[in-house]
Parts: sequence; structure tokens; C-alpha cells
Amino acid sequence: MFANHLLSLCIWLPILGGVAVLATGDDTRAPRARLLALGFSILTLLATIPLYTGFDASTYTMQFAEGPYIWIKAFDINYNLGIDGISLLMILLTSFTTVLVVIAGWLVIEKKVAQYMAAFLIMEGLMIGVFSALDAILFYVFWEAMLVPMFLIIGLWGGPNRVYAAVKFFLYTFIGSVLMLVAFIYLYFQAGTFDILTLQNLKIGLAPQTLIFFAFFAAFAVKVPMWPVHTWLPDAHVEAPTGGSVVLAAIMLKMGAYGFLRFSLPIVPDAAHHLAWFMITLSLVAVVYIGLVALVQEDMKKLIAYSSIAHMGFVTLGLFVFNAQGIEGGIAQMVSHGFVSGALFLCVGILYDRMHSRMIKDYGGVANKMPVFASFMMLFTMANAGLPGTSGFVGEFLVILGAFEANGWYAFAAATTLIFGAAYSLWMYKRVLFGEVANPHVEELTDVTPRETVFLVLLALAVLVMGLWPYPFLDVMHASVEHLLQQVSVTKL
Amino acid sequence: MNNFPNILPALPEIFVLSMASAILLVDLFLVERNRVISLYLAQATLVGAALLTVWGMGGASVLTFERMFVGDSLANLLKLSIYIVTFFVFGYSHGYLRDRGIFRGEYFVLGLFGVVGMMVMASASHFLSLYLGLELLSLSLYAMIAFQRDSSQATEAAMKYFVLGAIASGMLLYGMSMLYGATGTLEIARVREALTTLNPNDVVLIFGLVFVVVGIAFKLGAVPFHMWVPDVYHGAPTAVTLYVGAAPKIAGAALLLRLLVSGLEPLAASWQDMLTILAILSMGLGNVVAIAQDNLKRMLAYSSISHMGFFLLGIVSVTANGYGSAVFYVLVYSVMSLGAFAMVVLLSRAGFEAEKLSDFRGLNQRNPWYAFLMLVLMFSMAGVPPTAGFYAKLLVIQSIVGVGKIWLAVTAVLFAVVGAYYYLRVIKLMYFDDATETDAVAAPRGMRWLVTINALALIVVIPWVGGLIELCRQVIRDMV
Repeated sequence: MFANHLLSLCIWLPILGGVAVLATGDDTRAPRARLLALGFSILTLLATIPLYTGFDASTYTMQFAEGPYIWIKAFDINYNLGIDGISLLMILLTSFTTVLVVIAGWLVIEKKVAQYMAAFLIMEGLMIGVFSALDAILFYVFWEAMLVPMFLIIGLWGGPNRVYAAVKFFLYTFIGSVLMLVAFIYLYFQAGTFDILTLQNLKIGLAPQTLIFFAFFAAFAVKVPMWPVHTWLPDAHVEAPTGGSVVLAAIMLKMGAYGFLRFSLPIVPDAAHHLAWFMITLSLVAVVYIGLVALVQEDMKKLIAYSSIAHMGFVTLGLFVFNAQGIEGGIAQMVSHGFVSGALFLCVGILYDRMHSRMIKDYGGVANKMPVFASFMMLFTMANAGLPGTSGFVGEFLVILGAFEANGWYAFAAATTLIFGAAYSLWMYKRVLFGEVANPHVEELTDVTPRETVFLVLLALAVLVMGLWPYPFLDVMHASVEHLLQQVSVTKL
Repeated sequence: MNNFPNILPALPEIFVLSMASAILLVDLFLVERNRVISLYLAQATLVGAALLTVWGMGGASVLTFERMFVGDSLANLLKLSIYIVTFFVFGYSHGYLRDRGIFRGEYFVLGLFGVVGMMVMASASHFLSLYLGLELLSLSLYAMIAFQRDSSQATEAAMKYFVLGAIASGMLLYGMSMLYGATGTLEIARVREALTTLNPNDVVLIFGLVFVVVGIAFKLGAVPFHMWVPDVYHGAPTAVTLYVGAAPKIAGAALLLRLLVSGLEPLAASWQDMLTILAILSMGLGNVVAIAQDNLKRMLAYSSISHMGFFLLGIVSVTANGYGSAVFYVLVYSVMSLGAFAMVVLLSRAGFEAEKLSDFRGLNQRNPWYAFLMLVLMFSMAGVPPTAGFYAKLLVIQSIVGVGKIWLAVTAVLFAVVGAYYYLRVIKLMYFDDATETDAVAAPRGMRWLVTINALALIVVIPWVGGLIELCRQVIRDMV
């Protein structure tokens, strides 16, 4: 029975787990809540593995399909799931990251433990739902419902300015999403269904395509986030607890890019072609300008947040050059950025838990006191700068290659990231970890605990495996990307 | 016996009316500590009426009482919703009224009379019966709002409501009389027939229509006829606000559907524009002004104004599906409004009204479960999935996009985003702020269960929401 409903299992298992964790009650039973949360997150990870092993990489058709089961008959809204190579990678990334987040929050979160763990589990289920929904309204429900736990995570366990950040995060994403909803409903009246695969084959005129493109843009660009609608991200990242930052960076941002892949490109390909210059310009601004902004940050989390925006600019650039290298590079960059930015936020979290400061100037010479930590962070910093042999290189290289094919100048502008990325990453690393021990607080630092080592090792393995042997990652998406390119190249006018 | 009317369709009304009169008598002989019997009798009345309605369901619509009264599936659906909502209102009000020394039988008797009024409105097929039902409801409401005799705020609210309500009723009646003059009949179905032969731009018709729309807008509380809403919601004892805020909205929907849709649909080209303006103004003003409120009851009042704007949008599409979505919207809204005011009642105790927004501060620390229920209610009001409020909004937007009014849909969703801000603020207070008082929230067990059922209904309904929507559209198809 589970074999036929594997996706449903991956969605509902963590959500039920979240409810179970909530039921453990107040903080006197925190250890039980933690164990239960870990158990459910690992079970979900195990449940997602058959998705990979059973995946047929030679076809682009939706696999592990479920449904359509009638949900709202009046509008032909169905419970309809299925994944292709692109969503598969995102789902694996989600279940992997959630395990890390649960471990990372193990002792750090002391108040309302059950609510914290439950929020992440429920969010995991909703995020997997986003990546596997094949019905536009089902997608929208998962997409929006996800805001609720994230809003609470930022607002409840965040930093001093958390309320502002939480409300800003919610309203920014909400306003983008409602416009997407209107676009979905418009498409429904053209096609008579909310089925995403049917919508992808729908003929639409150029003017409506352009409007729909901008409605989608409002939802997805905010989520990515693209310059200039990125301003919620630094706030949200800085104020969110470590786990929240990790999920935000590793998965939520990918949803925007996923939205472009699943909706914008195949449903309105002509508008996408017409507006490619626009998207590429915004992406390049993000890469270059935000890269420079990252350089001058004094707060480590803010620096990584800006670096995330720059890296996501790379992703959108890859998507809108419309060739296989670009899109595959973009997707590889999404996965890699999930590992790397998650790892960097966890590293900052480790320092923050000891020093309660995120300011670069409060640190210095940390490597003397935390040598093991320093070597892990070195790896992740290098990956962030795109060093060959790490996961960061694969995506960046492919995107630059794809951009070069489209226009040499795109590639030239994009390649500056190799300089800026290295500059801000390594400069931060130098200021925080190298040099003399800066102050007595640093003197008292202790190296990583076994618990922290667990997730650092897991992430380090992921970064290295993807960097040295990207084949398993690229192989599964190949057929889907080919199909996507074919869809984009055929005009729908 | 030939001219004796068929009373079967009106059996629930007759039952509730008799029971209300009986309770009035029984209550006289009850000593103070047995007063709760009145409450149980009132609730039993509603259950009985529900059984009678269910028993009489099915089959084609029946006209009776000289074609003044109709028993159709729309009436049945609305009546059942009114029973359920009022049942919850009575359940919630118990502790609140007792703590304030106003736990009297009259509250339930007036409430039941109001229910009869609403039932008559739901079943009206004649201008006169519609008006009679409306007045019975309004008079009960005036008295209930002034129920806490010693509260100057409540008296003021009742006075305001009475004066404005009387004007509105007058407007409605005036409009009806003009329509009567033009068409020569008061029966809704015949008015419709007569209208098809008349010029829809006839001055008398337009005049009459304007007055009717104004009357309806008053009763629904749509901008610019909304002035009474915040004052009444705020001034009335919360147990009465509960009542005013939920079931009469359903009756208002009945009023609108029976008058504008059943009767005046041939004039739709005219009232469509009027309702569009009312809807946009209501959504705009309601949502924006709600942000400035620091009193939860006032905030919810403005929120109700904006929700009525959304409800009107469903009607604006002038399609059967649009009406169906409006009905669904108003039903979902009444459940949300009921739950939100119930939370105010829940947090209040003797001598203390938890009506300030700041009273919700840190509720998650004091009682996580209530905070969670309020969270569900607020997100549902904001229209955030997966709660029922989202499907209601989805449906309304769908109906207007379906008739090509995309700009209207965009306006509506943008105002929904504005609205999300003040609902989020309540959640922020409950979850992100520290509690100013630390004592646990004590509520009677019955109340606890009712609130839980009320709020969770908005989530539990998800798998069946398709069926409910289908039902709402079906009753409209039966009516038209």
C-alpha cells in the first residue's frame, strides 16, 4: 500500500509526526519531544530514499504518481501528486535538511521545544507537498501553508528584531502569492482544469502570457529572492533561529526557482523568451551588486544571506539562458547551495551558541581554539566560493558555460562571482578564524561537540560527494530538463 | 379545509416560536440557580427545529401561505446554519452572562425570536414576509444589545443601532413600495416576471432599486452604510456581539439573495455596479481602518465589514456559481466570526472584558491550546491555506475572474493582503510577546469543547470542502 502512496507518505508522515510531537506537551517533557522529532525526521528521510532508488532517470514523465483523487469537484481541483527529476532532488534535499535541523536544535532550543520541533516537521511535510503537487491549487495550498510555521519559527525563537522580520517575511511572500493565485484562476478558465501538466500544453496569447508571467514573477521572484525584492531575506535570516535560517536558505529559496521551472517556463514560454533579458539583467545585478553588498557586511548571518541572494541570482541566470547547461547548472546550484548555505548557517549557529554574537568584529583567532570546527568551516567557505572539487563548483561552472553559449558578456558578468564570492567568503573566514585570539571570550571557546560533528560531517560528505562525483545528481534530472527545454522552445502563440 | 394553508414547510418556524413563548413562561417560574434550564430548553429548541428542517428536506420547493413563504433547499441550508451558529452562541454566552449578573431567560427568548425572524427571511418569497422577518430580527437585536441595562455603552450602542436600523428599514420599505408601484405585485417571483416586460432603465425601478440596495447594505454593514457596525460590536455585551456577528450575516445573505437575485435579477446590470462599489469600499475601508484598532471587538467589526465586501463580490459576478460562492463565503465567515468572539468571551471573566488586543498578549504561554485555536481562526480570516477561509476567498475570486473582472480580483486579493496584517498582529501578540498576566485561563469544560469544535471545524473540513461547495451551488441552482 505504501509503495503506491509513497509521496503521500512523505508528505503526511512528518505532519503527523509534528502533531505527535506537539502532543508531548510542555517543556518538562522536552527530551521526549526531541527524540520523537528525530525519529520522525529520520523515518521521513528513509521514506524518501526509495524515491531515488526507484526513480527511472530515462524518462521525463511524472513518477510515483498518485491520483487524481477528486477534492473539490466544482472546480476540478484534485489531489494529484507526482515527481520528475527536478522535484526528486528538492525532496531529498528537504528530508535531508530537516534531519540536520532537528539535530542542530537539539540542545540549543530550550523553550517551547515541542512547538519548535513540530513546526519544522510540519513544514517539511508541506515543502515536500509543494515539490510533488501536480495540481495548481494543491500546490498553492502547500505553498502558502508553509508560511505559517516559518512565520512562527522566526517570531518565536528569533533574535531581538524577530517580530518585524517575521511580519515582513509573511507579508512579502503573501502579496506575491496572491497574484499567482489570480493567474492560476485565469488559467483555469482557459484550460478548464488546474492540472499543471495540462496547463503546460495550453495555448495562450502573448499579452496574457506576459501578465501571467509577471504574476508568477511576483510570487517566485520574492521567494528566490531576486533583486530588487530581496530585502526581506537579510532581515528574516538574521533574526531567525539557526534552524529557521537553514531551512530558509536550503529549501525555501529553492521553491522560487522551482516555481520558475514548473510554471513560468513551461506555461508561458513565449513571455519567458520575451522577458529573458529582464530576468537575466536582474540575475546579473544580484550576482554582481549583491556580491559587493555582501563584501561590506559586518554581521556573519547577513553576509551569508547576501551571498545566498547572489548565488540564487546564478540559479535564475541559468534558468533563463534556455540551454541544457544553464538549466542543469541552475538546478545543481540549487542543490549545492542547499548544502553549503545550510552548512554555513549551522557554522555561524555553532559560534553564536558559544559567544552570542554574530558580529565579525567580536571574533578573531577562533581557529586556535576550535581547530576541528575551523577545518569544517574552511571546506564550506571554499564550497561557497566555488572551489573545484566541492559542490559549489559544479553549478557555477555549468551556469557560466550555459551563459557563455547565450552571450559572452553574460558569462563575463557572471564570472565576477568567482572573484567576489571568494572575496567575501574568504575575507570573513580570515577575520573570524585566523589571527591572534582577539578577546577573552574567544579564549574560552571550546571545540565542536559530538552532536555538532554529526551534522557537520554529514554536510561535508554531501558537499564533497557532489563536488567530486556529480553524476548521480545530474543524471536524474537530465531527461526532465531535456523535456523542459523542448517545452520552452515550442511557441504557444 | 381547502383554504387552510399547508403549514408543513413552516413547521420549524412554528415550533421555534411556540418554544420561545413557552420558555418565556417557564423562565418566570425558575429560581435563580435553575436558570440554566432556560438555556438547555433554548438549545433543545434549536436541535428540535433542526430535526424538523431535516425531516422536511428533499423534494421540490413548496410555496405556501398565499405564496408568501417558500420551503426550498436554500432556505433549508441557511436555516440549518442559523440553528448551528445560534446553538454555539447560546453555549458560549452562559458563563459570560452569569458572571455579569445578566443571565436571564429573556436573552434566550429574544435570541429565539431573532432566529424565527431569520428563518422567515430565509424562506420569504414575498416582500412583506421578508420585511416582517427582518423586523422581527432587528427588534430582537435592539433589545438584546441594550440587555445590560446599566452599561451606558450598551445603551448607546442599542440607541444608535435602533435609529440607524429604523432608517435602513424605512429605506428598504420605500424601495419596495416603488417596486410595487412599478410592477404591481409584492411577490418576488411575480416581480421578476413583471420586470422582464419593463424597461430596466425606468426611473422608478432604478430609484426603488437604489433604496433596496441601500437597505440591504445597511443591514449587512457595507461601506458607506457601516457606521453602526463598530459601535454596536463594541458596545454590546460580548455575548450579544457573538449573536449579532454571526447568524444575522447569514440572514443578510438570504435578504440579498431573495431580493436582488430571485426578484430583481433582470435589473442586474444596474445593481452589479452598485454592489461593486460597495464591495470595493468595504474591503478597502474595513481592512485599512481595522489596522488602527486596539480593541479586538472593534477590529473584528471592521474585519466583518471587509468580509461583507468579499461576500458582495461573489454576488457581483451575477452567475449562479458566484451566488453559490457568496453563500459559502458567508457560512464560513459566520463560523470564523463566532469563534473569534468566543475567544473574547473565553478570556473574559467577572468584572473584566478581554476585549483589548493587549489582553491576548502571551496567550501561548498561558494556554497554548487556546492560542492555537485563535491562530487557526485568524489565519482563516486572513484567507491563508489550508484553512476554510482560503477556499471561501478562492471561490469568490474564481467567480469574478470567471466573468472577466480580473482587475476586481486583483484589487480583492491585494486588500486581503492588507487585511492579513492585522490578523497577523493578533498572532504576534499571542505568540511573540510575553504575557503580562501569568494566571492560567479558566473556562468551563463545555465552553472549551465548543470553542475547540468551532475552530477546528475550519481545518477538519478540508477533505470535504468540495462537497460543501457543491451543496452551496446546488441550492442556488434549485432557487434559480
